Amino acid sequence: MFMQQMVNGFSLGSMYALIAIGYTMVYGVLRLINFAHGDIMMVGGFLGFFGMEVLGLPFVAAVLLAIVGAALLGMASDRVAYRPLREAPKISLLITAIGVSFFLENAFNVFFGGVPRAFPVPAYLEVMVEFFGLMMPMSAVIVPIMTAFLLSVILWILFKTKYGMAIRALAFDVGTVNLMGIDANRVITLVFGMGSALAAVGGIFWAVNYPSVEPMMGVLVGLKAFAAAVVGGIGSVGGAVLGGLIIGFTEVVVIAFFPELGGYKDAFAFIFLILILLFKPTGILGIDFEKSRF
Amino acid sequence: MILKIENVTKNFGGVSAIKETSFSVAPKEIFGLIGPNGAGKTTMFNIITGNYEPSSGSVIFRNEVLNGLKPHHIVRKGIARTFQNIRLFSSMSVLDNVLIGFDFQVRYGFLESIIRFPRFLSEEKRIKTRSMEILDYFGMSAFAHEKAVDLSYGQQRKVEIARALATNPELLLLDEPAAGMNPSETEELGELIKKARVDFDLTVLVIEHDMKFVNQLCDKVLVLDYGKTIFEGKPADAIQDPEVIAAYLGDFHND
Amino acid sequence: MQAMINKHFLIKVGMILGTVWFIWFANGHFDEYTVRILNNIAIFVILAVSYNLINGVTGQFSLEPNGFVAIGAYVTALLLISPDAKSYQYAIADPYPFVMTLQSNFVVALLLSGLLAMLLALVLSFPVFRVRGDYLAIVTLGFGFIIKILAINHPEVTNGSLGLNDIPEFSNLYWTGGLAIVAVVVILNIVNSKFGRAMKAVRDDEDAAIAMGVNTFKAKTLAFCTSAFFEGVGGGLLAALLTSISPDLFDFFFTFQLLIIIVLGGLGSTTGAIIGTVLVMGGSEWMRFLDEPMNLFGYETTAMPGMRMVVFSLVLIFIMLFAREGVMGKRELTDLFKSRKKGGK
Repeated sequence: MFMQQMVNGFSLGSMYALIAIGYTMVYGVLRLINFAHGDIMMVGGFLGFFGMEVLGLPFVAAVLLAIVGAALLGMASDRVAYRPLREAPKISLLITAIGVSFFLENAFNVFFGGVPRAFPVPAYLEVMVEFFGLMMPMSAVIVPIMTAFLLSVILWILFKTKYGMAIRALAFDVGTVNLMGIDANRVITLVFGMGSALAAVGGIFWAVNYPSVEPMMGVLVGLKAFAAAVVGGIGSVGGAVLGGLIIGFTEVVVIAFFPELGGYKDAFAFIFLILILLFKPTGILGIDFEKSRF
Repeated sequence: MILKIENVTKNFGGVSAIKETSFSVAPKEIFGLIGPNGAGKTTMFNIITGNYEPSSGSVIFRNEVLNGLKPHHIVRKGIARTFQNIRLFSSMSVLDNVLIGFDFQVRYGFLESIIRFPRFLSEEKRIKTRSMEILDYFGMSAFAHEKAVDLSYGQQRKVEIARALATNPELLLLDEPAAGMNPSETEELGELIKKARVDFDLTVLVIEHDMKFVNQLCDKVLVLDYGKTIFEGKPADAIQDPEVIAAYLGDFHND
Repeated sequence: MQAMINKHFLIKVGMILGTVWFIWFANGHFDEYTVRILNNIAIFVILAVSYNLINGVTGQFSLEPNGFVAIGAYVTALLLISPDAKSYQYAIADPYPFVMTLQSNFVVALLLSGLLAMLLALVLSFPVFRVRGDYLAIVTLGFGFIIKILAINHPEVTNGSLGLNDIPEFSNLYWTGGLAIVAVVVILNIVNSKFGRAMKAVRDDEDAAIAMGVNTFKAKTLAFCTSAFFEGVGGGLLAALLTSISPDLFDFFFTFQLLIIIVLGGLGSTTGAIIGTVLVMGGSEWMRFLDEPMNLFGYETTAMPGMRMVVFSLVLIFIMLFAREGVMGKRELTDLFKSRKKGGK
């Protein structure tokens, strides 16, 4: 029973982590809370759904479609809505981001309806497998493994490639990036692409888990993933993963031991967010961006 | 001594921006803090104003240790500053910019402002009169109702200094006040600062690149290079000092 | 100078008297539908000018209105509904005994609504305003959800998702319009005091404000708590206008509407917030057709509920990208009467 909960927590936490990475990277380079990020995750889930239901693609191809589609959408949102506001007051950028978020939610609501649609989970993900003496669906095993794999890809890009170094440099100082001969806007586009791709994977996992998609599915998840990013330390990719796992575990474990708190499970992340802001605003692994402003 | 910097070190992630620096500023002195880019001058300002906490050492103002105080409390102790790249409140008028300097000196409460008590009206009148006097001193009262950002660069500099003086400081920190000005504007500013020192009872700590300006203005200078003190004394002697010349690589006579 | 102040004073008094006369006239002469819309507009004026104080004047992006309005609405509802009406409407769980005894008159109910909202705002201020960054937005967004979760999970107080009914209809144009005038005057007085100057300074350049000795935490907290107070009061008025409330009424769309209002009017302008309210509330009525079936080039489209919200969000993005100043920019009505000598500039 305990092991079972641990696996569930790990699985849920991995999903939060995948989405939190996008928040933390965009915050790193633009100091922007990208409110639309949770909705990009929703679009990823929907693209997977359409890929299988409408285009008849196999699951893996539908996932690739979702990844590419969400990445393009993320980059487009930056190009159309955020880039023209680079020099504008910060509040304009935040308002635009909430506008993009609300637009995606309601456009999907109008055109595809607000009723959850059953997600066609492929049979091989529902097969029960034995894992450390526990019987569990394949998906619960695959989610953390995929997350670990994607995380290592992201870390490899961040620390071993020229563009990764540019992303890290941009998080501290725009000037350095220009010195490296890289256009800051291209780096930012890349960040939106990477973050959105991960969010799409998170969206697919979510859809497999529940198993359904609906236009508002990104709202609360997005909020929790942002809280995860802050808990782990905003700006830090490792922190986003850590924060995601902490919040995922907490939700699963608290409800396992105190079922009467079930109605409040969506509030845990929020409480974490408040506590971390009160006692360690830079988060567990965080970077103090605000020191370099003078 | 009005300001004493004692063995101050500031590290940023392993790199020392300032190393074991000490100096003292006497009352009514105009003290220059000079050195090439990246020498740690602005970092020193940020330590004095409380924006940075020193990694070690202490800042003593009028025999009181300032370490750990919040920046807005340090202003209230009598230390005001200007910024390297002028930072006026862009949406506000020149007068409102100066009025902000009186923020902590105004004696009316929140409810009094809502209900417009007589004290609100008399206090507002008092600080408006005082602000106009300061603006007048800088020859800027005609622009009081203009937006600050619509003024010329030199005028904005003056407004920024006027705004700092509104906080009624004993020590005024000027971060490259002559940056971006032509030689005649620079000279005028120098005279204005000297005059203000007398009329406002000020001690001035100034960061500057332009050695001619420093020579005109300062009683004493401290030259920093990569966080270390390489010279302390009269500005005229600084120009002769071989170490200072080496640090600047002949930057002195560029204008 | 003196003459100008007197002129501004006369304009203000004239505006107030004109509004009072309009309220009196509208109350006696307009039909029920129009009066209802005017009531809505008056309540939204209260909400918009106070929301503008934290977002526009102080420049701190916040998404709080739905949460605080919900609190105000529930407090007022619980204080106004008669014990008799309470006794039969709690269908999900039996109410706590204290719920049955809660009772007050309208003024006290509105005041308590505002004060409770303000208290919660004060509590939220500590985590968000002591640190840099835009955490206020995300914390207030989350707060709205929490309030909804609490309302649903505590049927002993709130009657859960069924909501509260039979709230006496105390709100009328005298209350809503009168309190709208009060809110506008109070907020303008704050804006034109050292507190308002400090708020604007925080918006323009927080570091420079600190360097002037401004306690920025205090400036932000004052703005946020004042907004919350009026949002609580506005929620109370709304409850006593609608006569029934439920958690769904206070979802994020509520806040989004107010955001469009203040952005359209011009962030930072109280006059703009009022103009924005009239435009958006009017436009929102007019745009109802969007949600209904349409005849486009001979093709009959099906009803598309939510189309209005798509349009709303596009309008918001559009204003931000192409007309960031909105109708008024940061100016006020009185600025338009200022000397014209700078007109050619």
